[in-house]
Amino acid sequence: MESVITHEGLNLKETELRLGLPGSDKPEKETIYSLRNNKRAVPDSVEDRESVSDAKHETAPPPKAQVVGWPPIRSYRKNCFQPKKADSETGNYVKVSMDGAPYLRKVDLKVYKCYAELLEALENMFKLTIGSEFAPTYEDKDGDWMLVGDVPWDMFMSSCKRLRIMKGSEAKGLGHGV
Amino acid sequence: MAYSFPEEVLEYVFSFINSDKDRNAVSLVCKSWYEIERWCRRRIFIGNCYAVTPGIMVRRFPEIRSVEIKGKPHFADFNLVPEGWGGYVYPWVVAMSRAYPWLEEIRLKRMVVSDECLELISKSFKNFKVLVMSSCEGFSTDGLASIVANCRNLKELDLRESEVEDLSGHWLSHFPDTCTSLVSLNIACLASEVSFSALERLVSRCPNLKSLQLNRAVPLEKLPNLLRGAPQLVELGTGAYSAELRPELLSNLFDAFTVCKELKGLSGFWDVVPAYLPAIYPVCNGLTSLNLSYATIQSPDISKLISQCQNLERLWVLDYIEDSGLDILATCCKNLEELRVFPSDPYGVEQNVALTEQGLVSVSEGCPKLQSVLYFCRRMSNAALVTIARNRPNLIRFRLCIIEARATDYLTLEPLDAGFGAIVENCRELRRLSLSGLLTDRVFEYIGKHAKKLEMLSIAFAGDGDLGLHHVLSGCESLRKLEIRDSPFGDKALLANAAKLETMRSLWMSSCSVSYGACKLLGQRLPRLNVEVIDERGTPESRPESCPIEKLYIYRTVAGPRFDTPGFIWTMDEEGNTPLGIA
Repeated sequence: MESVITHEGLNLKETELRLGLPGSDKPEKETIYSLRNNKRAVPDSVEDRESVSDAKHETAPPPKAQVVGWPPIRSYRKNCFQPKKADSETGNYVKVSMDGAPYLRKVDLKVYKCYAELLEALENMFKLTIGSEFAPTYEDKDGDWMLVGDVPWDMFMSSCKRLRIMKGSEAKGLGHGV
Repeated sequence: MAYSFPEEVLEYVFSFINSDKDRNAVSLVCKSWYEIERWCRRRIFIGNCYAVTPGIMVRRFPEIRSVEIKGKPHFADFNLVPEGWGGYVYPWVVAMSRAYPWLEEIRLKRMVVSDECLELISKSFKNFKVLVMSSCEGFSTDGLASIVANCRNLKELDLRESEVEDLSGHWLSHFPDTCTSLVSLNIACLASEVSFSALERLVSRCPNLKSLQLNRAVPLEKLPNLLRGAPQLVELGTGAYSAELRPELLSNLFDAFTVCKELKGLSGFWDVVPAYLPAIYPVCNGLTSLNLSYATIQSPDISKLISQCQNLERLWVLDYIEDSGLDILATCCKNLEELRVFPSDPYGVEQNVALTEQGLVSVSEGCPKLQSVLYFCRRMSNAALVTIARNRPNLIRFRLCIIEARATDYLTLEPLDAGFGAIVENCRELRRLSLSGLLTDRVFEYIGKHAKKLEMLSIAFAGDGDLGLHHVLSGCESLRKLEIRDSPFGDKALLANAAKLETMRSLWMSSCSVSYGACKLLGQRLPRLNVEVIDERGTPESRPESCPIEKLYIYRTVAGPRFDTPGFIWTMDEEGNTPLGIA
């Protein structure tokens, strides 16, 4: 960084307000960036020191870590990207309740390829047998309670919001759709 | 000169003057005009909520019906402004609840709004009609319930990209059955499902409903009925635009769109299933505004759609459109005025789509009315920028974001000074500019020399030193807002141009080289500015004065220092004393 700024004859150094005594020249650029630490409000981004080092006419190496607020995109937009990727990474977890059970469970529907596998897993999880006494039902996107097994598996996967294993007199006669 | 028009006549004449600038000019003519004007001003715009106090506003203007207030600095959109910074609307609402019982409209941007606030609004203003909250936060759906339940004449409820604590969708059911006044409803930013039946009934009983922006939770199956209930819609934001492929849904949707003869704007399009896009073909020719910036569809589908929208004036889209899609846009949409291209993979290292500078060049060639550009891309050249500048001297807004910070001209490996220089030199009416790429002080020399109409400038990772900032502050006569991050600008330019800061709305500098000592000096020299140091490392008094501060926000004000600063903000004192703020 230059210590004298001249611009069209305007010697800014002459008129500049400085904090030292006239005639003393303080070193212009102290290790400014080393004084910064990482106390930032955003905990999950790392300030990239490389990107702010002196880079006059050389091309700085591209920042490898994510810089806060760069590129300048609003946070609500960030959630819309690469939806297919996100789908394959996160599971499709739904709550499973069973009448009379003290707590609920959760299953990842993506793990199963067909109804048979899901029902088997539920049977193991709750130590029961789907049949005359227990009937698997699910809540769909419209908020309606449906019997498991009527629709194709893929359609079920995308519309199932939660599962409920009905027990006792309500379950009698329902069986299951599979 | 003893004659003058009677007050009533002047008041009548003034009632035709609506622009703020003109009204302000009128009020400066003489004392009696000032008095008459202040009693008949109905609408006020406050660009910085800390530039004036609510008290000053209500004292001067006793008969306001419509208020617009802005809070946080623009860089808050990108998480550069720490949580708790401020921008609380509550004191404004309290003052207005006492002074303006007939208030009809409140428009807020980047402000913090609480549920308590919303409840106060809903109970204080009997004729309340319009609530627009753009990029606001701090409230929940409970607050919305108060508004819709109590505001009997509600015309507009627009939540535009606000961050709402979404407790449930139940709030919508608080609209009374007697409500028929809605003109505009935008709930696109909400996550929860609202009651579809309540929504359908609301929509179909409001004959003046012109603008409806649904949220993602409204499934496609519900759209045909909603449209049939509001065939007069001018703007529609769909919910999720996906469903399993069912021919009867497609034809149902198509028929519903056919009925919407007034539709000019479309948005929404989350989770698009391309097979359902033909449903909107009936309205494409009438569309002037299309927002596909959430639609993760590929270039061929986008192109097919765009080629039917010959009257498009505004397009927002993801970079999936690619250069090929932009070529088609350039060919088909001769009325295009505004283009925004957003990145689909902003944090990826590799280029994931075939979108380059060429796409923008094509559009600049093919679209003679293009005046507003926001473009994210991964490479740029000076040659391309020069071409764009020469093609489109009528540009008003030019915001270019080359994703890699400090990227060079990919052909010559030089800085992009010449390219942006061409933009400011050719585009004489340019009002807003955002820079990116590798830039030296040279580009600021060009900007200072040519950008005489420039009002807002955004700088990131640019420049060599103070000379760059000096060029901008001394040359840009119309500059109102300047925001800078991660650039080596320091004390000299600021102090040499301190007086300039009083002619601007605000200056933001973060991760630059401004020392604490310079801030104190500025605070001393310019009592009509608030010089606010933002530093999360603790009080700047604990470090040497030459030490650079983290962030700086300077703005002109007649309100004096803030009283609501959080612990990490220090306002520089007029006396040069230990600054105000919580240590």
